[in-house]
Amino acid sequence: MSDPAEFEIHVNGRPRTVAPGSTVATLLETLELDPRTLAVERNLDLVPRGQHAATLLTAGDRLEVVTLVGGG
Amino acid sequence: MSTDLLTDEPLTIGSHTLRSRLIVGTGKYASYELMGESLHRSGADCITVAVRRERLIDAAGNNLLDFIDASRYTLLPNTAGCFSADDAVRVARLGREILLGLENAGADWVKLEVLADKKTLLPDPVASIEATERLVADGFQVLCYSSDDPITARRLKEAGASSVMPAGSPIGSGQGILNPNNIRICLEYLKDGDPDYPVIVDAGVGTASDVTIAMELGVDGVLLNTGIAHAQDPLRMADAMRYATAAGRLAYLSGRIPKRLYATASSPEEGTITRQPR
Repeated sequence: MSDPAEFEIHVNGRPRTVAPGSTVATLLETLELDPRTLAVERNLDLVPRGQHAATLLTAGDRLEVVTLVGGG
Repeated sequence: MSTDLLTDEPLTIGSHTLRSRLIVGTGKYASYELMGESLHRSGADCITVAVRRERLIDAAGNNLLDFIDASRYTLLPNTAGCFSADDAVRVARLGREILLGLENAGADWVKLEVLADKKTLLPDPVASIEATERLVADGFQVLCYSSDDPITARRLKEAGASSVMPAGSPIGSGQGILNPNNIRICLEYLKDGDPDYPVIVDAGVGTASDVTIAMELGVDGVLLNTGIAHAQDPLRMADAMRYATAAGRLAYLSGRIPKRLYATASSPEEGTITRQPR
């Protein structure tokens, strides 16, 4: 049974259910990602690293979590 | 007498100074190990990187950053894959955020690509100008990929680009410098009254001679990726590109002889003991 307070967001185009009170920082922790090597965009706006912990997620948020890859 | 290469000025782009005039991309290598070694052999001190989604499924997936010593290179984030000014601005800001986390000197610049078409990967000139203006206003030093059209190049400089980077030929095509006359006019227009303005040929160079031809035209640097990454032996080609850059630069600085229709003998014509034809 899912907790009714849980809600759905999209991370890199995929749906994901998160717990109430989730922030960008807790999401990255769940995903086991190192915040020093990535950047996060929430609903098309950059969330600077210093604001990860203070940025509460809300239902329907669309997040992009990006890093560097080889390219020319 | 020393046989070291004669000294040259470093390449200055905005507030950045590079020892090598060759900037290399990090894409399309068979492995990240091969990429790391090829970058090293190329002698480049600036490498360009792309911004893409984290692979959330494969937590153990290899990260580019595990294979390059980010403290050794100035990273140049690019907006490859963007087809609108809005997307290019988003990606540039995300790239800056990542580089700030890495404390890399490249956090304040971007290789701006706003493409128009997937088949040709030609840049959208109108969107490129708009994105340049917006990124410059946001504090970026913009190195802008352009076609070799001199008028577009001039507009990009007027929009605030720190460097305009005309393509030699389409990205990844290996066709070399298709229109050296346009590159010459780009150089004339962009350096008019501003001789130190950096102009870099970005894209299309397939082999060492292409790099040398570009450098001999007087461009300040060359940016390439596929020419090394997809060579049968990328390590040797990285060496070749490195020396080709230096060779072209030295030839440009030396001032080549004019081309003539007829021969001029290299040995004295006087004092020959042989019978000369009329």
